[in-house]
Amino acid sequence: MTTAPPTIQLRDAALQFGERTLWGDLTLDVAAGEFLAVLGPNGSGKTSLLKVILGLQQLSAGTVEVCGRAARRGSSVVGYIPQQKSFDRDLPLRGRDLVRLGLDGHRWGVGLPSRGATAKVSAVIEAVGASRYADAPIGLLSGGEQQRLRIAQALLGDPRVLLADEPLLSLDLQHQQAVSELIDSRRRKAGTSVVFVSHEVNPILPMVDRVLYLVGGRWAVGTPDEVMTGERLSDLYGTEVDVLRVRGRIIVIGAPDDAHGEHGGHHHHPSAEIDH
Amino acid sequence: MGLWFYLGQPFAQHALLAGSLVAITSGLIGPFIVTRKMAFAVHGTAELSFTGAAAGLLVVGDPVVGALAGSLVVATAIGLLGVRERERDSAIGVILAFGLGVGVYLLSLYHGFATEATNILFGQIFGVSSRQLLLLLGVAAGVLVATTILYRPLLFASVDADVAEARGVRLRLVGLLFLFVLALTVTEAAQIVGTLLVLSLAITPAAAAQRLSARPAVVTGLSILFALLACDGGLIASLESDTIKASVFVTVFSFAIYALARIAGGALHLGRPTARVP
Repeated sequence: MTTAPPTIQLRDAALQFGERTLWGDLTLDVAAGEFLAVLGPNGSGKTSLLKVILGLQQLSAGTVEVCGRAARRGSSVVGYIPQQKSFDRDLPLRGRDLVRLGLDGHRWGVGLPSRGATAKVSAVIEAVGASRYADAPIGLLSGGEQQRLRIAQALLGDPRVLLADEPLLSLDLQHQQAVSELIDSRRRKAGTSVVFVSHEVNPILPMVDRVLYLVGGRWAVGTPDEVMTGERLSDLYGTEVDVLRVRGRIIVIGAPDDAHGEHGGHHHHPSAEIDH
Repeated sequence: MGLWFYLGQPFAQHALLAGSLVAITSGLIGPFIVTRKMAFAVHGTAELSFTGAAAGLLVVGDPVVGALAGSLVVATAIGLLGVRERERDSAIGVILAFGLGVGVYLLSLYHGFATEATNILFGQIFGVSSRQLLLLLGVAAGVLVATTILYRPLLFASVDADVAEARGVRLRLVGLLFLFVLALTVTEAAQIVGTLLVLSLAITPAAAAQRLSARPAVVTGLSILFALLACDGGLIASLESDTIKASVFVTVFSFAIYALARIAGGALHLGRPTARVP
């Protein structure tokens, strides 16, 4: 990492909903160009962490700064890639229009066509390799194609921080790889910090610098080698967890399915099962 | 008397002007109504303008003022009760049922209401006074301006709420403002086609436009064009006919445009076997 100041700074941050603490005492700096994977079971507060950084969710305690300023909604230095969701087949919107909304969709008024904006949109669509289908109705595109356009939309504002919330969910293996490589190449080229929420570390393992693992109010942070160990995860989950490494992949066995530990067994997204 | 005679009369000119403004606004918000799945909100606010009109007649002797004011009350009620999308339709149903009950009660208090009542249900733009027409014109112009200002964040929030919120769009505010725009537009349209037939201006043109294009700007443009054709065409045809109400022509024209758009849309898609690129 360079000596550039951190893009995201969390200081003693805590998030509580009523009695339940999602996480507490979280102090973390994310460096420019760093790829941080946020892992953990359902309900452990991974998405809420993104909402905090987006300025959509207030911390219960502590502070969060993005590029030296308190996190605030609508910040132009943050790009956001949501979970893949399907659009209605007959939604009157092309991929290109979805991307364009990322540029100025939040502004009041009609937004007159401008050559500069059109060129910018085309350039970013080209950069993610989505030019072939950018003019098709978005509802007719595959999940992988939609996610590429999502990435283009998020990159349009030249963000210094890229937040991705399970962007690989419901994608097949080939698209998982393509989408995560796209995000990885961006941060290498432009020094963008990436905070990547995922159920599954394997598709992004080669590119992850550090892992933030959240479980039922507790957390661990470090390189994958430091965090993804039986000892560390057993400690986090408070139950016996084994971590196997098979051909460069990490398999977690015995981790409860969600933050409350109601279900046994390991948790992997169904589409990722085939690579185990 | 001929069409040209009528077209020279101020009342007809004002009605066409009001009709055009209402059609433009309806056409503009139509695609949002379709995308946000708010057809029931249109239906509900339209029928409740009957209650507003009845209240207006009783209190200030003016159904148009009552309907417009009533629509703001209805939009506020829907906004307060139907915060979440899943609750919205049931909230509208609750408000609609209660509101119509109130309307029936108000109707029973008012004597000599019968023709006014059918005017509200089936529309009678030529029957309104020039003062009412001016009011309709003013509100339509205001709503048009408001919708133009709201356009981009509304589109963003309607098609991509998560990212819109992350980019700083205030979803609740935009949704609530849209409800007011919708309620006022629907009430205005009700003066022309009647509360029972409002969907012919608020939904049908947008639904037709969506058969023909996936570009938001083109869909909006076509939707406005179709609404104008149906509305002004219907008004002019009714001037010519003398006996048949404008609402009948408006709904027929609007439906014909929809039918043609479906056929043309089918042909477009045949020419382009799949929009999906392998």
